[in-house]
Amino acid sequence: MRIGIDRERCQGAGMCVLSAPEVFDQDPGDGRVVLLTAGVPAGQRPAARLAADVCPAGALTLLDDSDAGDMDRAGAAAREHEQAGAPTGDGSAPA
Amino acid sequence: MRHLPNSRETEAAPAAEPVQLPLDRPAGCPFDPPGELARLREQDPLRPMRYPDGHIGWLATGHSAVRALAADPRFSSRYELMHYPFPGAGVSELPPAPVGDLTGIDPPEHTRYRRLLAGRFTVRRMRELTARVEEITTDHLDAMERHGGPVDLVRAYAHPVPALMICELLGVPDADRAAFQALAAAVSGLEVTEEEQFAACTALQDTMRELVAAKRARPTDDLLGDLTTSDLSDAELAGIGGFLLAAGLDTTANMIGLGTFALLSHPAQADALRADPALADTAVEELLRYLSIAHTGVRAALEDVEPEGRLIKAGDSVTVSVQAANRDPAKFADPDTLDLRRKATGHLAFGHGIHQCLGQQLARVELRVALPALFTRFPSLRLAVPPQDVPLRTGMNIHGVHRLPVAWDGQ
Ligand code: SF4
Repeated sequence: MRIGIDRERCQGAGMCVLSAPEVFDQDPGDGRVVLLTAGVPAGQRPAARLAADVCPAGALTLLDDSDAGDMDRAGAAAREHEQAGAPTGDGSAPA
Repeated sequence: MRHLPNSRETEAAPAAEPVQLPLDRPAGCPFDPPGELARLREQDPLRPMRYPDGHIGWLATGHSAVRALAADPRFSSRYELMHYPFPGAGVSELPPAPVGDLTGIDPPEHTRYRRLLAGRFTVRRMRELTARVEEITTDHLDAMERHGGPVDLVRAYAHPVPALMICELLGVPDADRAAFQALAAAVSGLEVTEEEQFAACTALQDTMRELVAAKRARPTDDLLGDLTTSDLSDAELAGIGGFLLAAGLDTTANMIGLGTFALLSHPAQADALRADPALADTAVEELLRYLSIAHTGVRAALEDVEPEGRLIKAGDSVTVSVQAANRDPAKFADPDTLDLRRKATGHLAFGHGIHQCLGQQLARVELRVALPALFTRFPSLRLAVPPQDVPLRTGMNIHGVHRLPVAWDGQ
C-alpha cells in the first residue's frame, strides 16, 4: 500500500502524525506532511488509513489499498478492516 | 470526502420549516448540548434555519454533514459573508476579520498565514514541550497545595497554565505576562461590559504592537521573534500575536475548567484516569468530543450547492453545530455517555477542513498533562459549591465555567 500526499492541500494540522507516527512526519519549516516511508508496512496500514480519513484537508490518498503479495506481520487483527483486491496498477507496487 | 455528497437514498425531504438555532442547554446538565439539537438532527441533519436577522439559511447537526461542509471549499469562512446565528443586539452584518485572524479568511490569504505558522505547532515540536508543561503544572499544583482549599480552579490552574505556555511560545517577556493575561481574560471575562471588552481588545492590540516593535529591534528565539524575518508586516505580526494569544488561552483554559467539572461529576471516570495515567490520550479526545466547547461554526456558500437534494444557494449561511455532530449516534455509540476509554477519533472538536485548529497539538499536550496531574495530586478533589452554583459561560462562543471552586482533604 502506498499513500499519495497533496502538499498544496495540507494545512499542517498534524492529524496524520498523531494517527500514524511511523508513516508521517511534518516539515519543521511549514508544518506540512512528509512521508517517512514510500510503501506502508503491513502493520501500519490501519493507522495510515485512519490518517487519510481524519486528515481535515483531504491531503492524503490511499493509492493502492491492497495487501496482495505482502506479508502482514500484524496478522488478522490488522487485516480485519482491509480490502482484498488486486493492485490498482498506478505505479504503486509496495516498496 | 471533501464535498457534500449529492445523493442519499432519501425520498425528497419535505421542505422543512426553518427553525431557530437551539440555545438552551438542559437544566442541570452543563455538559450536554441543547436537547432540541438532538431532535433536529434526528429529523434532518441539514435543514433550513431562520437567522436572527431574518435570513433563511441552514443548520447542520449531523456528523457527516458538518464534516463535509467544514471541508468544502465552496463554503467561505469570511465573517463579512456570514449571517450571525446567535441572537444579539441587532447584529446583521459582521465586519471582516481583523488582520491576523486566521479563522475568518479564505485561501489564498489563509494559506499564506497557515504555512508561516503551522511549522511552529507540529506534533513533534509540541511534544517537546511536554516537560515544560509538566513544570508549569507542578508549580501551580504546589501553589494550590500551599494555599489550601477551597480555591477557584480557573484562576489557580485552568487559566494560568495555558496562558504561560502560549506566552512562552510567542515570546512575551516575563515582565509583561501578567498584564497580557489580565487583558486576554478581560476580553472574554464574566460580567464585562461591551465597552470594557472593546477597551481590553484595543489595549491588547497596542501592547502587542509594542511587543512586535521590540522584537524587530532585537529579535529573540521565539515565535514572534522568528516571524520578524518573514515578509509579514508589523500590523500582521501584531494581529497574529493577538489571535494566537486569544486562541491559545480561552480554549485550553475552558477545556481544563469544564473538563475538571465533568470529571468531578463522573467520579468513576476520574478514578479510571487516576488509576491509569496511560488513559490520558483517549481521555483527552473523549473530553474534547463530549464537551465540544467550540460548539458552533458558520460558513457561507460561495456558489449554489446541492447536497442530498437540497439547494443551498450562493450567499446562504450554514451554521455547523459541532456539539450536535459530536453527539451523533450515527458516528459515536452511546454518544451522550462520557467514556474515557472510548476511541473518540473523528470528533470535530477542533473543526474540520483547512481551518482545523492550528494549535490543537499544543492543546493536546497541555490537556494530557494538566488533567491527570490535577487528579493525581488531589485524590479527594471535589466541588466546594453545589454543582448548580458553578457559573457557566452560557451564551459565549466557547463554552466553559467562569469559576470552579474546588476543595480537597488533608489541608
Ligand atoms: S493531517 Fe492532513 S493536513 Fe494535517 S499535516 Fe497531515 S496531511 Fe497535512
